[in-house]
Amino acid sequence: MLRLPRFRLVEPRSYGEAAQLLAENGAGALDRSKGTPTLRVMLVAGGTDLFPNMKRRQFTPEVLISLARVRDASGIQRNGHLDISAGTTLSAIAHDPGIRERSTALAEAAEVVSTPQLRNMGTIGGNICLDTRCNWYDQSLFWRTAEGFCMKTNPDVVCRVATSSPRCLAVASADTVPALLVLGATVHFEDAEGGRDVALSELYREDGIRPMAMRQDEVLTDITLPEADGWRSTYLKMRDRNSFDFPVAAVAAAVRWDGTRVSEARVAITALGSRPQLVEDAARPLVGTTLDDVTIALAAEAVHKAARPLDNTSGTISQRKRAALVLTERALRSLRPA
Amino acid sequence: MTKQLLTLRVNGEPRTIAADSHHTLLEVLREELGLTGTKHGCELGECGACTVLVDGVPVLACLTLPALVGDADVTTVEGLANGAGAGAPGREATLHPLQIAFAEEGAAQCGYCTPGMLMTAKALLDTTARPTRAQIASAISGNLCRCTGYTAIYEAIEKAASRA
Repeated sequence: MLRLPRFRLVEPRSYGEAAQLLAENGAGALDRSKGTPTLRVMLVAGGTDLFPNMKRRQFTPEVLISLARVRDASGIQRNGHLDISAGTTLSAIAHDPGIRERSTALAEAAEVVSTPQLRNMGTIGGNICLDTRCNWYDQSLFWRTAEGFCMKTNPDVVCRVATSSPRCLAVASADTVPALLVLGATVHFEDAEGGRDVALSELYREDGIRPMAMRQDEVLTDITLPEADGWRSTYLKMRDRNSFDFPVAAVAAAVRWDGTRVSEARVAITALGSRPQLVEDAARPLVGTTLDDVTIALAAEAVHKAARPLDNTSGTISQRKRAALVLTERALRSLRPA
Repeated sequence: MTKQLLTLRVNGEPRTIAADSHHTLLEVLREELGLTGTKHGCELGECGACTVLVDGVPVLACLTLPALVGDADVTTVEGLANGAGAGAPGREATLHPLQIAFAEEGAAQCGYCTPGMLMTAKALLDTTARPTRAQIASAISGNLCRCTGYTAIYEAIEKAASRA
């Protein structure tokens, strides 16, 4: 049996209580007694990302705060905008008719996260907070011990992908994030003192170890999407097996139509660097056009230029860059009026 | 670290066990309750061999904490045959139509993925009485089989659906 490390499970009934528990248990504090540094307290929602990581001893927290019993942690509400509680499962999002019709990229992204069982368990909040991935990191403890670990496990060690890199190069791999980026999402955090709203586009940074500008004492509680009138959106992903895997290149695109012309556009990529990102240079040429082939080629070229994959997940660098270009072309063509 | 007393509702019966809090539902089912029908494959959420139903929804027991299951109904492959205790001396089991169809179609070679396949297929047929081949493929896309090539499994699920 590949067992979880021992931990103390606590089950708060509200996000406020969860934030309080984070603060009380030293949120952000590192335990250095286990050979490699590990967070002493962590949050878990569906557990589909954290538990495999814990089984591989990438994390060995003393205290695990489960959000599974938090009241009203799950649900989708529409009040002019779309409000999704962070504990809503990916299955619920994929199957929601309103999201499918009006925020299509999000439904399409949620539907291709991993497998049906994991989508029944995993939450949108967990996907937004998904840990970055790397061929040198997502390995068994035995493998990583033999290798001597890497920067993501132990800051005293070099990055194994590029030994001269000053930062960890692990890859952003959450499918729903680029979709949420092109849909203009805002996320809400709570801590023991109160709460704050952050535009999702401001949340991520190019750092495989700390990919989110989220404090360790905060809990992600809600995701808000603005009204999607006139927008069409889609998400396309390349992965090893179409029934299972994380993306190795992925593109989300959204355009707002004003008659026969595009009035606004957004393009986002993931799995092509340590952070998911909006590609402004791809979106800009689309505005005012009819999404003709020449314009789409310009946008795809901009995505190709922005994609900076490294040799630390499946596929080659050139294959993943090429995939980003092709996926952009396909995504934008699919957004033309029927 | 102390064990905690837990009462789970498994295959229609309340079962109280003392389990380590870091043990998963898979470990509790197999090691505490002796329900070894649920298989441990990758134990990392990648193969589907440990699929069980929680309130009718397929989930992976290897990534589920039993403490968080609460009073939900857990159904394992042992609960597929008709009635609790079926198969015990004097209580002949009536196999589920999926089990019969899997046997008839030879939808198992080594059989290790079969319990997970059966549970996923049961959840599908409970919500979609006559699934298309595409719906079946999508439903069992989280269950790896390295022997059969899936065709016999698709056909078995279709056969079970046609008899319902």
